[in-house]
Amino acid sequence: MNPLPLVALVGNPNAGKSALFNALTGARQKVGNYPGVTVERKSGRFSLDDGRPVELVDLPGTYSLDPGSPDEAVTRDVVTGHQAGERPPAAIVIVVDAGNLDNHLRFALQLVALGLPTVMALNMVDMAERDGLTIDAEMLARELGIPVVPTVAVRRRGLDELRAALGKAVGSNAAPVAPEVAEAAEHSSYTALQRRARAIAAAATTRPEVTRDAAERIDRVLLHPVAGLAILLALLFVMFQAVFAWSEAPIGWIEDGFSVIQGAATDALPAGLLRSLVVDGLIAGVGSVVVFLPQILILFLFILVLEASGYMVRAAFLMDKLMAGVGLSGRAFIPLLSSFACAIPGIMATRTIDDPKDRLTTILIAPLMTCSARLPVYAVIIGAFIPARDMGYGIGLQGLVLFGLYIAGILGAMAAAFILRRTVTRGAAGTFMMELPRYQWPDPRDILIGLAQRAWIFLRRAGTLILAASLLLWLLLSFPQAPEGRSQVEYSAAGRIASVLEPVVRPIGFNHEIALAIIPAMAAREVAVAALGTVYSIESDDETVLEQTVTERLSGRWPLPTALAFLMWFVFAPQCLSTIAVIRRETNSWRWPLFALGYLFVLAYIAAGATFWTATALGLG
Amino acid sequence: MILRLDELPLRRNATVSAIDWDGIGPAEAKRLREFGFDEGVVVQKLHTGPIGSDPVACRVGRMTVALRRRVALAISVTGHEA
Repeated sequence: MNPLPLVALVGNPNAGKSALFNALTGARQKVGNYPGVTVERKSGRFSLDDGRPVELVDLPGTYSLDPGSPDEAVTRDVVTGHQAGERPPAAIVIVVDAGNLDNHLRFALQLVALGLPTVMALNMVDMAERDGLTIDAEMLARELGIPVVPTVAVRRRGLDELRAALGKAVGSNAAPVAPEVAEAAEHSSYTALQRRARAIAAAATTRPEVTRDAAERIDRVLLHPVAGLAILLALLFVMFQAVFAWSEAPIGWIEDGFSVIQGAATDALPAGLLRSLVVDGLIAGVGSVVVFLPQILILFLFILVLEASGYMVRAAFLMDKLMAGVGLSGRAFIPLLSSFACAIPGIMATRTIDDPKDRLTTILIAPLMTCSARLPVYAVIIGAFIPARDMGYGIGLQGLVLFGLYIAGILGAMAAAFILRRTVTRGAAGTFMMELPRYQWPDPRDILIGLAQRAWIFLRRAGTLILAASLLLWLLLSFPQAPEGRSQVEYSAAGRIASVLEPVVRPIGFNHEIALAIIPAMAAREVAVAALGTVYSIESDDETVLEQTVTERLSGRWPLPTALAFLMWFVFAPQCLSTIAVIRRETNSWRWPLFALGYLFVLAYIAAGATFWTATALGLG
Repeated sequence: MILRLDELPLRRNATVSAIDWDGIGPAEAKRLREFGFDEGVVVQKLHTGPIGSDPVACRVGRMTVALRRRVALAISVTGHEA
């Protein structure tokens, strides 16, 4: 079977390329990777006006064919037909922002000079009109020698015309490149291209005496040194508040759903090992992870909306100087914020950081941001050991401790970045250079597509890695089978491993049960709750009841210093195999994931130990 | 009156008179060019960051671009009469 003709979507960052991609392909998208590099390949299918199906690939946004990052190199290699694992495109669609032709036409001229069948999408014409600009698309088409179609991707305007223009382009031979274009591109100096781009933009654009600029007026508030910071902090507060408040009901539904499944499985299977495997091992294990889906989706909802509206770059602007203090850049703010949901998408989001040392440092500290998988562990331990005392002003002691754990993670990350930047990731100071895009209302459909992709990635992880870890944990706890009168947990393989580990963790206040719980928690932190539950031999299947009883069983069993040390351990310890795997993939080596594993364990051991000794010295035991 | 971009009063038009391309790193120089910075281009300083007036946001052409002060120091401008 012949592969479908490939159409490549190319353009500057902030030209509305992804919105156009979503508008053309809808939900029929595939996200993969280019071989050998950590650059995402996003593709989808759609039909031309004459019914021919084509594959559309959304190339990373770039300012020129002279690459400054791996992403940009992929864009160049695909359009020039040199990208491994990709066929040469049958046509390209150049996406330009109608309101920023001066700049975007320079790259467009380079692309036109390649001589491929080409169509231009003159995107965001509505925003240009709002700013008082009128653009003569026909004149542009004449100057560039290619069809130019005005579009508004987020409102799905101009799509039929674009499909029709592409219908003519795909399968045709490209029109010869206009001599002026070829000449300007041949010199390929920025100056020559830029001059030509400005001349064309000026000729095709009618602008009023004074252009309006909505973004500038909004920025006077949002980038204000005082008000801007206050708004950012308020937004973050609302976001974290929402993550907990809005997720309560859906988490309840998921828990109920899993109880129903467990009930059905219990009824369907005869009592014995198989039932134990399915009910206690697989369903409980996967269920204890899937309950985080609502929180992760709410956090991503905020992040996607802030990103699509153009605000996220402003947040990076406001935070840059603070981040520079520890040797990072404002760009690291976005990945670190995502890491509060989950370090995996956070680490993947570091791809937008150009400077390799900056990026590596951000990857190494991302696991210190308190991800949602730590929450159930915190909830159980805080519930069991911290009294629900009212501290006044409606602030409870338990909430205060939870907040303190978040702060401990952030401060730990900042300190780690500060030290890493002066040792293992030492290098020239990075920089911060970003375009502040215009503000726009996010398209709900784009947001939904983004959320669906996140949900799918998360559920796939639950269905594979967490499932396997749950199975392994169950096996380790169930075999070898204890003879009559001996504790199964102590007799099992896991119990024996814990006995070996115990002398190592004894100095930081950990007991045998904790040693046992932190082993399976290597796979995923939240498994620690289930492990403690099993260790303290609780026969309950329901998640909520399980947590309550773990909390009840625990209170009084551990001295307070041990509980506090356990919490600090979870702030720092690299208890997540998927994170290590994703660091391996993103840094393309085993060196950095092993380094992260090592330094985080050392940090966790010291932090837990210091907490234990201090608390003991203060007489809290 | 020749100033450095970071010294320019907010929202005042100025023309870039010189850029110390060698004083900034090659990667930064490339990005500056890609954003449309060049000798003879009209720029404005629009906003500054909350701490130590760093970074700065400038208008160049129809784009708004954020730079660190260190880079803005390398850009000399001639302020237009108010």
